[in-house]
Amino acid sequence: MEVTKVENVTKIFKIGKLETQALRGVTLSIESGEFTALVGPSGSGKTTLLQLIGCLDQPTSGRVFINGKDISQLNRNQRADTRRGTIGFIFQFFALIPTLSAYENIELPLLLTGVGAAERRQRVTELLEAVELSDRSHHRPDQLSGGQQQRVAIARALSTKPALILADEPTANLDTPNGKQVMDIMTRLNQETGVTFVFATHDPRVIQYAQRVITLRDGLVVENGVGARAAGV
Amino acid sequence: MNQLLKMAFRDLGRNRRRSFFSSLALGLGLAVLLLMAAFINGEMNGAMDSTIRLQSGHLQVRAQSYDEVKTSLKWEDLVENPDQIVAQIASLAPVQVATPRLFASGIASAGDQSTGVRVIGIDPLSPANAPYQEGLIRGDFLTPDDREGLVIGQPLADKLGLEVGDPLNLSVNTSNGDVAQQLFTVRGIYTTQTNGFDSATVFMPLAKAQAITQTENHASTIFVLLKDKAETEAVVAALQASSYKVVPWTKLNELIIQFEDLANSYMVIFYLIVLGVTATVIVNTLIMAVFERTREIGILSALGMKGRSILLMFLAESSLLAVGGVIIGIILGSLMVAYFTHFGFYIGKMGISGMLIGNTVYAKLTVQDTVKLTILAFIITLLAGLYPAILAARLEPVQALRGGK
Repeated sequence: MEVTKVENVTKIFKIGKLETQALRGVTLSIESGEFTALVGPSGSGKTTLLQLIGCLDQPTSGRVFINGKDISQLNRNQRADTRRGTIGFIFQFFALIPTLSAYENIELPLLLTGVGAAERRQRVTELLEAVELSDRSHHRPDQLSGGQQQRVAIARALSTKPALILADEPTANLDTPNGKQVMDIMTRLNQETGVTFVFATHDPRVIQYAQRVITLRDGLVVENGVGARAAGV
Repeated sequence: MNQLLKMAFRDLGRNRRRSFFSSLALGLGLAVLLLMAAFINGEMNGAMDSTIRLQSGHLQVRAQSYDEVKTSLKWEDLVENPDQIVAQIASLAPVQVATPRLFASGIASAGDQSTGVRVIGIDPLSPANAPYQEGLIRGDFLTPDDREGLVIGQPLADKLGLEVGDPLNLSVNTSNGDVAQQLFTVRGIYTTQTNGFDSATVFMPLAKAQAITQTENHASTIFVLLKDKAETEAVVAALQASSYKVVPWTKLNELIIQFEDLANSYMVIFYLIVLGVTATVIVNTLIMAVFERTREIGILSALGMKGRSILLMFLAESSLLAVGGVIIGIILGSLMVAYFTHFGFYIGKMGISGMLIGNTVYAKLTVQDTVKLTILAFIITLLAGLYPAILAARLEPVQALRGGK
């Protein structure tokens, strides 16, 4: 089943009189359960494509579908409604709310989707166990290491059991051991829960985790093939 | 909503010093306004109480044609057989005391100094005249049969260089338009702490005043004090059937009431200015918070939080700042008001024609003023928080995640 599809999508950024075309006509689809990497050098359009798929922005032209629904022309509030509960995000800068504990950060999307207290408690507890942070549940981000923060971010992204998780350079700010730990957890959760992961990266050590690798260059897809993990490498 | 409040509270705690000083700004503004309101209220109440006690009474009974400004002494403009009318009025339950008074214009002179005065003929034994007797600072008060004695105010005594026992020449208008002149003796010097009154008012026994002005068995007015000011309308209604004019204190003191209304109107502008200035501090604090947390707003938006919830979160922050400011303001304001309620505020010799203002103003803060100003401060702070909240709510997620660039 297709989780997301983009059809001939372009994105032009205007800064004053200067126009930058970040995407020049990208067409691709992602199936449910995939663990897919978007790779390419800086400026290739990876992050822009993730933002369009993630309903954070609108394409200049073309269409974007989430679970078969065209989200290309939704307004800001409609996009927020689509994101809530359907799409999870993991950012390279961890993106936790600094005034909330690990528990509360994971709980936040559940609150936004109106989940009841008992169910929230159960879900958050499960996720803390899944990312091996049960003993850090009441710590705030400034009391957690970078790797721990990113694991909280992963748990938060999974909290509403979304159809799709988008990760933009999830290991960019982590050292090698923590980066490996984060990728191991993401891989395991992908296999255990079947949640679709799409992550943007230019780190070769991360790319090898992917089942499928989509390569972008100058705003276009130049390669779309099987990743090292799928190939059993 | 609980979650938004929790986040708002913790967000304010990120920079406790800034949050404290923002609330303090509002608190100081509110405290100043509470003190101003208490001062204005105390001054107006004090002026009104003084004027009722010393000058107007709660009501006066006069001849229909009597004009207070002209101070006429023609018999047709005066109350005839005032003692009988006093007895009738005093029999009404709400009445504390009723007494006849005769007003005349005169000139007092001593040596080469002279000044215009208002002569009031009073019943020295009436409790209505107790403020003057209690205010004696030197000498004795009048007796009903005194034919040569006067009691004068301290400022007048100072101006004419008089002491108890000194002679004072008094020229007074009479009922037939002539001027009567007599040398009197200063029996006593009084003060009511109201410079405007004390510097121009001379008392003599009613009988003597009637004799010198040739108004036997007449009085300018029957001065009435009630047990409770609120009974005025009822007593006025009860006395309306008589052939005389019954004038309540609200009519007698229209100038003060108009002045109070005018003062209150101007004070609203002053309140808005002060609160507007303090509100800019709140606006600045919250705008800084929006810019500092732009990326965080992007994260919340990415998680699916709608613009409306982001707006409510920032409004919650301004509400919490407002609550803190209001608490500080009420505490500080109460302390300042309590001090000036007890010790008063010395304003010296102030006098406006028609108004009696004491030398010291005692602050008086009403519950109504406190509630009104507190609500006003809260609303203005919320409105101030609206602009930064709208700024935050309108941020596009992608732009916000980039840090607002």
